[in-house]
Amino acid sequence: MAMTITEKILAKAAGLDSVKPGQLIDANIDVVMCHDVTTPPAISMLQKKGIDKVFDPEKIIVTPDHFQPAKDIQSAELHKRLDKWAVKHEIKHYYKLGKAGVCHALLPEQGHIRPGEVIVGGDSHTCTYGAFGAFSTGVGSTDLAATIATGQLWFKVPPTIKIILNGKLAKGVYSKDVILDVIARIGTDGALYKAMEFTGSTLANLSMESRMTITNMVIEAGAKNGIIELDKVTKKYLKEHLAENKKDYTVFESDPDAVYESIEEFDCSKLEPIVALPHLPSGGVPIGQCEGIEMEQAYIGSCTNGRIEDLRIVAKILDGKQVAIRTIIVPVTPTVWKQSHDEGLFDTFYAAGCVISAPTCGACLGGFMGILAAGENCVSTTNRNFIGRMGHPESKVYLASPATAAASAIEGKLTDPRKYL
Amino acid sequence: MPKAHVYKRDHINTDEIIPARYLTTDDEQELAKHCMEDLDSEFVKKVSRNDVIVAGEDFGCGSSREHAVWAIRGAKVQTVIAKTFARIFYRNAINCGFYIIESKDALEKINDGDEIEIDIEKALIKNKTTGVDIAFEPLPTFALEIINDGGLLNHITKKL
Repeated sequence: MAMTITEKILAKAAGLDSVKPGQLIDANIDVVMCHDVTTPPAISMLQKKGIDKVFDPEKIIVTPDHFQPAKDIQSAELHKRLDKWAVKHEIKHYYKLGKAGVCHALLPEQGHIRPGEVIVGGDSHTCTYGAFGAFSTGVGSTDLAATIATGQLWFKVPPTIKIILNGKLAKGVYSKDVILDVIARIGTDGALYKAMEFTGSTLANLSMESRMTITNMVIEAGAKNGIIELDKVTKKYLKEHLAENKKDYTVFESDPDAVYESIEEFDCSKLEPIVALPHLPSGGVPIGQCEGIEMEQAYIGSCTNGRIEDLRIVAKILDGKQVAIRTIIVPVTPTVWKQSHDEGLFDTFYAAGCVISAPTCGACLGGFMGILAAGENCVSTTNRNFIGRMGHPESKVYLASPATAAASAIEGKLTDPRKYL
Repeated sequence: MPKAHVYKRDHINTDEIIPARYLTTDDEQELAKHCMEDLDSEFVKKVSRNDVIVAGEDFGCGSSREHAVWAIRGAKVQTVIAKTFARIFYRNAINCGFYIIESKDALEKINDGDEIEIDIEKALIKNKTTGVDIAFEPLPTFALEIINDGGLLNHITKKL
């Protein structure tokens, strides 16, 4: 039976020859991602039920990231609960402060994501890992608890929407603009319960970092997972990041006659920088339609756009300039932090008047490190602009690429980045 | 008699249901104090035991935080009736043993403050104020099994 890549991975994980959309399966889970907000409740649930065990200490990856370093007493208590549990169960890949980073950047970087595998995490942006040809989805604490204990989870096989991205991106246009444009067209629930499979010539020119920005945001269209098949770019990244004993993986590809629920085609060659206006990620408009809106803050970071490639773009634009508004730079992992430091990006950020944070999810979700006051506007490289997302319910978040955020930081208002490139 | 709290909105998201600034606790009673805070700061003052929330499409979109379900349950809300639910919220509700109702008609047929009775067995929402009954599609069997077991962990404990 012809299947999509998502269906093939789920069939394998369920020990079945084939699956079809709507089918309920119990899938074996290859990797479980745990962080400081949703895992401590999962641990407590398991302990209350008397099933305080882990199915495999090597397959559970733990990194505090949301409120780390601890922002207050309560978050310190969350970290303490996570730490005690990780130590007790001898979790092999436990990234403590100093090694910890924003989970969805850290796991691929540290070689925990392999094609063909099934990954779940207690975080909605777990869909990021689909950039590597894996099935990956976010779950809540109870699902997380069940997976930690049993290594299995129930799924309903999703129908797939094929998203064809055609053409080479113009200068000043990035994968963030692509995904904001896709979400603007299909809507915040346009892919509800579904898989989004990305294909097309645009992808060939995108790095893994850029591709992760795309799969990261499929949840903002309601999708269960986003997925991109392997190519030479993927293989090169995996070669550089997978440990020697983890270099084997299974490659799945969609059959030519696989059934798609719908097919959406995008001409990315004509795309312009996009900004998602408040208060939905589907609020994307070309920069020309919103240029000039005044900002109080620029935030550059998060699992969407805080990787080294993003920070290089920002540094290029800020080089020799001064920011006009509060500008917060959050390298996503210690490795990205060190790279930025070694490449001299920090010198540029410092000279431009930015502040540099330790790796954390920070203000992306309104945690800390750049919370907004009532009436303030923030141009942000993050993934959500819901009411109150980054602070006061009367503040506003404008989602954009790192280039647009950097250009806007210089002028203190939404600015087309192409004039600085 | 339980009352309806009607929000004529689509995409009511987890940031509105329970803002991230309160995610440093997983205590339901603490979370309940801030339930729906960024959507309706008066909600916790208005809500009484067994009341229902009625909303549009894509309720609970956004974060995977199960805290959203806990905050609503902690506020003693009986159920949420929405045109559709976001995927993770839907799973979380079932996994917590919290019955939710998908209904395309409820938002148009229920006004804020209407008195509501839910008959799960007959799959009926009874609007006692207007006298209108609204039929709904019951949750699928696998979801009911999880809910009847008192949530996913009880459900899998039976298998362990």
